[in-house]
Amino acid sequence: MSTAVASSHAIASLEFGEFLNSVPNEPAWLTEKRRAAFESFAATPWPTSRDEEWRRTDIRAFRLNAFDLVHSPAAATLEDLDEIAPARDALASAYGTGIVQIGGQTTQPADLIKLGKATLTDFRTFAESNPEILEKYLFGTVGTSEDALAALHAAMFRGGIVLYVPKGVKVADPLYALSAMTARQRIDTSHTLIVLEDGAEATLVHDLVSTASGESATPGLHLGAVEIVVGKDANLKYVRIQNWDDQTWHFSRERATVDAGGSIQWTIGGLGSRLSKVNQETALAGPKASAQVNGVMFTTGKQHLAYFTRQDHQAENTTSDLLYKGGLTGKSRTVWKGMIRVEPGAQKTDAYQKNDSLILTQSARADSIPGLEIEANDVRCTHGATAGPVDPEMVFYAEARGIPAETAKRLIVEGFFANVYDRISVEPVRESLRLAVAKKLSLG
Amino acid sequence: MSTKTLRIENLHVSVEGKPILRGVNLTINQGETHALMGPNGSGKSTLSYALMGHPNYEITDGTAYLGDVNLLELEADERAKAGLFLAFQYPTSIPGVTMANFLRHAVTNVRMPDRKEGEDLISMRDFRKELKQKMDELGMDGDFARRYLNEGFSGGEKKRAEVLQLAMLQPAFAILDETDSGLDIDAVRVVSEGVNRVAKAQGTGVLVITHYQRILNYIQPQFVHILYGGRIVENGGPELVTTLEREGYDWIRAKYPQEARVEDELEASASAVV
Repeated sequence: MSTAVASSHAIASLEFGEFLNSVPNEPAWLTEKRRAAFESFAATPWPTSRDEEWRRTDIRAFRLNAFDLVHSPAAATLEDLDEIAPARDALASAYGTGIVQIGGQTTQPADLIKLGKATLTDFRTFAESNPEILEKYLFGTVGTSEDALAALHAAMFRGGIVLYVPKGVKVADPLYALSAMTARQRIDTSHTLIVLEDGAEATLVHDLVSTASGESATPGLHLGAVEIVVGKDANLKYVRIQNWDDQTWHFSRERATVDAGGSIQWTIGGLGSRLSKVNQETALAGPKASAQVNGVMFTTGKQHLAYFTRQDHQAENTTSDLLYKGGLTGKSRTVWKGMIRVEPGAQKTDAYQKNDSLILTQSARADSIPGLEIEANDVRCTHGATAGPVDPEMVFYAEARGIPAETAKRLIVEGFFANVYDRISVEPVRESLRLAVAKKLSLG
Repeated sequence: MSTKTLRIENLHVSVEGKPILRGVNLTINQGETHALMGPNGSGKSTLSYALMGHPNYEITDGTAYLGDVNLLELEADERAKAGLFLAFQYPTSIPGVTMANFLRHAVTNVRMPDRKEGEDLISMRDFRKELKQKMDELGMDGDFARRYLNEGFSGGEKKRAEVLQLAMLQPAFAILDETDSGLDIDAVRVVSEGVNRVAKAQGTGVLVITHYQRILNYIQPQFVHILYGGRIVENGGPELVTTLEREGYDWIRAKYPQEARVEDELEASASAVV
């Protein structure tokens, strides 16, 4: 198929060859996957406002050719390490052990002793130590051809994080991962793969942090994907807090499959980035699989955050419960489009989706579009969405008790998020989200 | 402590351009208990909201002073800091904000009016101790403090929560807007005892707004006022309550035909007023 593409789309096959040289020693099957994805990329038109998922999300200002995906980035400098130290220390003081990466390259590995039988490592190390497992799971969950960006990630992703927990292994302490960008490292195309085999348990708190400061920052790019495989009766808690600087473009395709009796509590935070386009999908693939999905978004300035969620019920007696809450200030905008899909065999499905938005300025805007596709007849599926400003009666009530209006609004905004925080069972995450939102609120 | 006076003179208040109060005069000294009675739609709640500073209530004429402080120049939070308290007829719920957190902010602001935003709140330890004591006095379960403010509270719990806030904030003047509505007789008693305890300890001037006699058996007023057609038409002692209970408002209606016409108009549009 030959298609005319925007100039920003073009990465020549010659350049792709150069890219392959920059990721040496990868197994042949992986190179083949990359080649196939690159062909798909070359054949797929660049997204435009005519595509449903890009109708409200304008990326005409995004210049792919402003980013060098082809060559290996420079190694992290001491300056980079210094910049990310506070973010790393915050995670290290709250959680067991973890991995730190800058631009997808590891700068600090996890403590093997603390990990025990679990593996939390970078993509390259895992490819060397567990090539069969990698081959079995890589791009088994997340697609490689949904659109040009999905294909480009699959073709040219560089580095990443792998959490692998073998059958029956329960990791008691929460683990962390830090994916950082700095003032100099402005590209992260890493891939995240999380595999919990049957009966395994783990918690991973994954922070995406940029130390570049707002206006002086050059454009940044995260072109990523998250694949999650939760085995039978396995339990995963995964927290992914995106807090890039506001010059960074964030494109992320994320999908989990949960097998029979397994469960996932998946929390995402959307705080940073200039523009985000995220697909967050959960498939309940076996009977009695369950998913709780939490979203906390807070946008300021001209930020634009778009989320497309799916809850795919593929087996009977499966449960999913999604709650996204967003606060908006300035001229920022959020888009949430949700879909609960119930396959014909998935009787006794219990599915819920809700998106609440608190609109704190007149120029901010939140679009909520819930959706249901139900092909079974014995199910319970409910959805809801609310959007509106801070209720002036709440402010007056607080003022009548001596609380100044500004403090009252802050309390009310914090309170707005409380019912999503209450669901997150990873204690330090609640506090760090609360602080991050409070900080954005005071700046916003 | 010198006693203060809440002095309301010729107060005119409009809501959405519609005049509701048409020249209210009322003086309350600290330590006194007053009852304000009147039929539905006579403007009783309007008076309470206007005094507290709700933005939808426009003062078109008159004055309101608490001591030498001109209340009408102040924002609602500043009025609270000046010593005015309103127990709402319909308390607003604030999801996600616990009673304890809300009250800690309120108490801090009222007790330290010169505190700057961002400075420390009152000590958690002292606050908790005081809160627990006040809750015990009102027969409230300790769990109450951790619940979200008024969220899912029963009618009785909401009113009790209002009186708890009154007890914590220790105002110079408290307006109780239909605090007895929706309460069973036991709850009326408990809530009234709470109000009396605070009033006695703090020398609070109390204005009980009600259209039932019931609560006045427990919070006994020395002064009774009848608000009718946007004006206070009768001032008297407790005997007025008995008269109203016996004869209703018909004699008021007959005695004040001009206010009766206003009252009829107000009643007709009462459902449109917040």
